[in-house]
Amino acid sequence: MKLKSALYAVSALVSVTATATIAEELTIATVNNSDMIIMQKLSPQWEEATGNTLNWVVLEENVLRQRVTTDIATDGGSFDIVTIGAYEAPIWGAQDWLVGLDDLGDDYDYDDIFEPVRNGLSADGTLYAVPFYAESSFTFYRKDLFDAAGIELPDEQMTYDDFAEIVAQLHDPDNGVFGTCQRGKAGWGENMAFVGPLVNAFGGKWFDMDWNPTIDSPEWNAAITYYVDLMNNYGPPGATANGHNENRALFADGKCATWVDATSAAGYIFNPSESSVADKTDFFQAPKQVTDKGTGWFWAWALAIPTSSKNQDAAKDFLAWATSKEYVELVGESEGWVAAPPGTRKSTYANEAYLEAAPFAETVENSILAANPADATKDPVPYTGVQFVAIPEFQGIGNYVGQQISAALAGQQTVDEALANSQRFAEREMTKAGYIK
Amino acid sequence: MARAVTPSRKAFTTVVAGLLGLMMFFPVLWIFILSFKSEGDAIKAPMEILFNTGWTTESYGAVQERSDYFKHFWNSVIISVGSTVLGLAVAIPAAWAMAFVPGKRTKDVLMWMLSTKMLPPVGVLVPIYLIFRDLGLLDSRVGLVFVLMMINLPIIIWMLYTYFREIPGEILEAARMDGASLRNEVIYVLTPMAVPGMASTMLLNVILAWNEAFWTLNLTAANAAPLTAFIASYSSPEGLFYAKLSAASVMAIAPILIMGWFSQKQLVRGLTFGAVK
Repeated sequence: MKLKSALYAVSALVSVTATATIAEELTIATVNNSDMIIMQKLSPQWEEATGNTLNWVVLEENVLRQRVTTDIATDGGSFDIVTIGAYEAPIWGAQDWLVGLDDLGDDYDYDDIFEPVRNGLSADGTLYAVPFYAESSFTFYRKDLFDAAGIELPDEQMTYDDFAEIVAQLHDPDNGVFGTCQRGKAGWGENMAFVGPLVNAFGGKWFDMDWNPTIDSPEWNAAITYYVDLMNNYGPPGATANGHNENRALFADGKCATWVDATSAAGYIFNPSESSVADKTDFFQAPKQVTDKGTGWFWAWALAIPTSSKNQDAAKDFLAWATSKEYVELVGESEGWVAAPPGTRKSTYANEAYLEAAPFAETVENSILAANPADATKDPVPYTGVQFVAIPEFQGIGNYVGQQISAALAGQQTVDEALANSQRFAEREMTKAGYIK
Repeated sequence: MARAVTPSRKAFTTVVAGLLGLMMFFPVLWIFILSFKSEGDAIKAPMEILFNTGWTTESYGAVQERSDYFKHFWNSVIISVGSTVLGLAVAIPAAWAMAFVPGKRTKDVLMWMLSTKMLPPVGVLVPIYLIFRDLGLLDSRVGLVFVLMMINLPIIIWMLYTYFREIPGEILEAARMDGASLRNEVIYVLTPMAVPGMASTMLLNVILAWNEAFWTLNLTAANAAPLTAFIASYSSPEGLFYAKLSAASVMAIAPILIMGWFSQKQLVRGLTFGAVK
């Protein structure tokens, strides 16, 4: 009996010691959005199951980007898990800043992740970040206003010319409805997210095959002239201050007849407690013009592990949990299916409960599957990315061009001047970076 | 002879000053109002927000539920008070020496110290980050106390220097004639006369350190993050967080605002006594 008790005691001690040695404290740096808030709320379940603990560092997107870049570049090791976007994942992966994630365990269903999403987060065939949610862009429109004006949607993807005609018919500022609301706030992730696919639709591209910028091309000029005219004639006043959030608020408040923006905002617009147009909104594909390539953007927020992390195994375990099919189900059941992370897994779009809660699901799925970062322009280009170019220099160039276009929209300069300035800046940056010899 | 002030002129200046004051305070007031609105109401037109929406404390509840306010608050207190006290300990002897025993190059030294404030902080981010990494100071309060002390040191020394210059050197000389040691001279003669200046320097530096957002965001992660990081966690370009961001901002600025109100007299007296005459 004494021996049995002693054995029990020893085994309990071994078990406690083993738990103590494997219990890790992980620091996770993430952005502030509703999906991440849900993840933070549900993560104690993972902590309880594994004995590990998570310290959360939540920062605004641009602050986080700068903070994490500094830490990874200096091998600071402050973070074990970081939230990064589709722009950073392939660049940082190629620079060996991130741990490869092709070994998250046999239970982890890689094939269930949409292929464009997987490709967008890989470099040289290695997956460097696992998607938490993904989005494309499509057109939100007010069914009631379309019906009242007798506008019927074509079966096929409409052109931007058709779109402008419809917008002109619906523009009714006297009754507080603007024909269209699009992003005007400067920034590569703000106005350029809309302008990039617009330029693709008009047959334009950022660089030719020799990495020479082509921002002063007739295609860019046609696209930006269209954008400036559309917004000045049928957009809300002060559109240069409007980014995603401002337009989202305007649309939800019934002030916009159309809005081309992130598919991930559909859940919000469909939520009657946050939107006054929840039962009056529907969606169609973002318009095309001379080509239908690259007309809807591609973006994903994903989780990655910096190579400087000292707790990589535990971090991988968390990633496998937070981006799994089971996690999507957990969110659906605990938070409501409309809140399930969209755009990443085929199984989500095969789930009856999700399809019922999210009537926009099929359009979102089609938009994401149609967004191909590897083939987003009419002519061949040396880069990948739909609304961005996956090179480190793009952030600076995109921001500058965004400012120039915003200034053109505000009437501070002409479209020609904005594009000429942008071209000069891009040429200088690309020469400095060694792309142009 | 004092110039006569007519009642109409007095009323005019009062109205202008009041309007200017309101303009300066309005952003804080608006944040306060938004913090008591729901997210849906917080994005409505200003007049609608003021007159057609209800009031709620749900944002404060949501912020407290998601973030550990008191942890950030204590980090802010320790970092701002710690860096100010350490800064004063270094600056008082330095300012004394330059004010009462000036050398040939005192003016140059003062200007050189001020010139360190002319460099954008991001220019030295990577070197400081590497030093912190090697010394194990990343995400530590000790590291931040030290960095904020260094950053505010030129301002502390300049302010104290100008206050000390106002004090006649003869008084100190008299104390020395009476046999006071250097220590006694500083503690019993200089300090009582310089208290208003030292108090305003201290208050101003606590405020500067409390609001410092570059280094406190870049050198912290989970453990040493002060209230600046607490606010930053509610800012988002995708998703509506205006009400929660406002609530977080009110919670972050309230302590320093209250402290500012209570110490307003000393602050103004100190500022007008020396540096910014």
